[in-house]
Amino acid sequence: MKKVIITVVGKDTVGIIAKTSAYLAKNGINILDISQTVVGGYFNMMMIVDGAACRKPFDKVGAELAKLGTDIGLRIRCQKSEIFEKMHRV
Amino acid sequence: MINLAEVLETNKMILEENLDVRTITLGLSLLDCIDASLAKTCDNVSEKLLRYAKDLVKTGDEIGREFGVPIVNKRISLTPMSLVGAACCRKPKDFVRLAKTLDRAAKRLGVNFIGGYSAVVSKGMTRADELLIRSIPEAMATTEHLCASVNVGSTKTGLDMDAVRLMGEIVKETAAKTADRDSIGCAKLVVLCNAPDDNPFMAGAFHGVTEGDAVINVGVSGPGVVNHVLRHSCRGESFEVLCETVKKTAFKITRVGQLVAQEASRRLGVPFGIIDLSLAPTPAVGDSVADILKEIGLEQPGAPGTTAALALLNDQVKKGGVMASSYVGGLSGAFIPVSEDQGMIDAVNAGALTIEKLEAMTCVCSVGLDMIAIPGDTPASSIAGIIADEAAIGMVNQKTTAVRVIPVAGKKVGDTVEFGGLLGHAPVMRVSPFSCEAFIARTGRIPAPIHSFKN
Repeated sequence: MKKVIITVVGKDTVGIIAKTSAYLAKNGINILDISQTVVGGYFNMMMIVDGAACRKPFDKVGAELAKLGTDIGLRIRCQKSEIFEKMHRV
Repeated sequence: MINLAEVLETNKMILEENLDVRTITLGLSLLDCIDASLAKTCDNVSEKLLRYAKDLVKTGDEIGREFGVPIVNKRISLTPMSLVGAACCRKPKDFVRLAKTLDRAAKRLGVNFIGGYSAVVSKGMTRADELLIRSIPEAMATTEHLCASVNVGSTKTGLDMDAVRLMGEIVKETAAKTADRDSIGCAKLVVLCNAPDDNPFMAGAFHGVTEGDAVINVGVSGPGVVNHVLRHSCRGESFEVLCETVKKTAFKITRVGQLVAQEASRRLGVPFGIIDLSLAPTPAVGDSVADILKEIGLEQPGAPGTTAALALLNDQVKKGGVMASSYVGGLSGAFIPVSEDQGMIDAVNAGALTIEKLEAMTCVCSVGLDMIAIPGDTPASSIAGIIADEAAIGMVNQKTTAVRVIPVAGKKVGDTVEFGGLLGHAPVMRVSPFSCEAFIARTGRIPAPIHSFKN
């Protein structure tokens, strides 16, 4: 699991970054960059992470993060970074 | 580095605007499966399919999950079966046995369609071509996942009018054989002119003899994305802004296809062939080429100006797409199927869109008269006439054209037919009641057109 983009979208609430980062730390996933914005009470966050040291398969991390999101009323998606690089860079 | 706005834009396309990769299609040559024994040919075909395609669905799903983009269909296209069965099929029933073998393999592999139950008869039919064509009604009635196509002409060879006449009858017969299911057999049967060898889209996909042993072709989609961008940034703008916007959007969509194609090719160990950069609508609300035409400025598709708007759209999609991939092929352009596009269905129901206008539209886009339900009592000669008209447009304009009409048994103009899934539902459309029987009854070929004096 190399460079991955994690997006978190949903209603702003206390502890979103804390909960997501705690999961990532527990699984050996290193955060390279975080950017976020809150528009109209809606929270949008993107994390660029490096999962080279993570021993779980990509699918499992994706599913667990999605579940974590559902539990706190957010949508968390985990995608390999190439889709964004290909689409937005010539 | 990628920024938040770009990431959100991509995910909005996927989650809200129906961006998807419509199909990963594995093209497979079956020429090395040919044997003089029908049973051995069937065994060889099954064995090769299972060997090459066993991981196709799994790999497609994996790629979809990792990049977070839906890959809707995983499909297989094969060498035209009239060639594969030529040495061992003596009667139409023999070809039907091959058809059932393919259908069983498709079920086992979990692909939703398998294409290549085809004959390429641009200039003339071999005995095997004719046997395969005559087996189509039975093959379509007794299989679920198999798609049939017949190429009846090309710019270089002219039109084989004997094949056109025969296809008029075969379409009718296929409708009759599947009358209990709203003649759905015809939704899996297409008649083409200038058919490409590398088309990943059904029902016209086959793996041409110019291709290698195996190849990955990918069809992208995204009418919803184009529509959304035009709605939010192009209202009242000049043609320059409009064209630039469509072009940029087509680039982005196609790049996703290119990424998926390269990944699939690498993981399956099969060379990458082409990206087909088509705008392929689905019955889902918002995923409509008709809606794009409305956004460009038409009250309904079919209004004056429709052909020009579609020509513009088609051209800009290609211009943006070719920048995104070095290998573009297949049908590449805007599709205008009726039953698979809610906006087209609405236009027909509003009385704005007729078969004649659709025919004009096919002169400037891919591919042809597609998924159009017509009355069940339409004579075979009129269907052959429709096929001949479309094929003539393709032949003269050096483009691919196709006809996929469904003469729905027992239905008349004004009725609606439900095909389900991606095939959607369709209002039965009026066909000109005037006869072309004497024209179609003539035998032989229409010669290839002259390539000079273009007027």
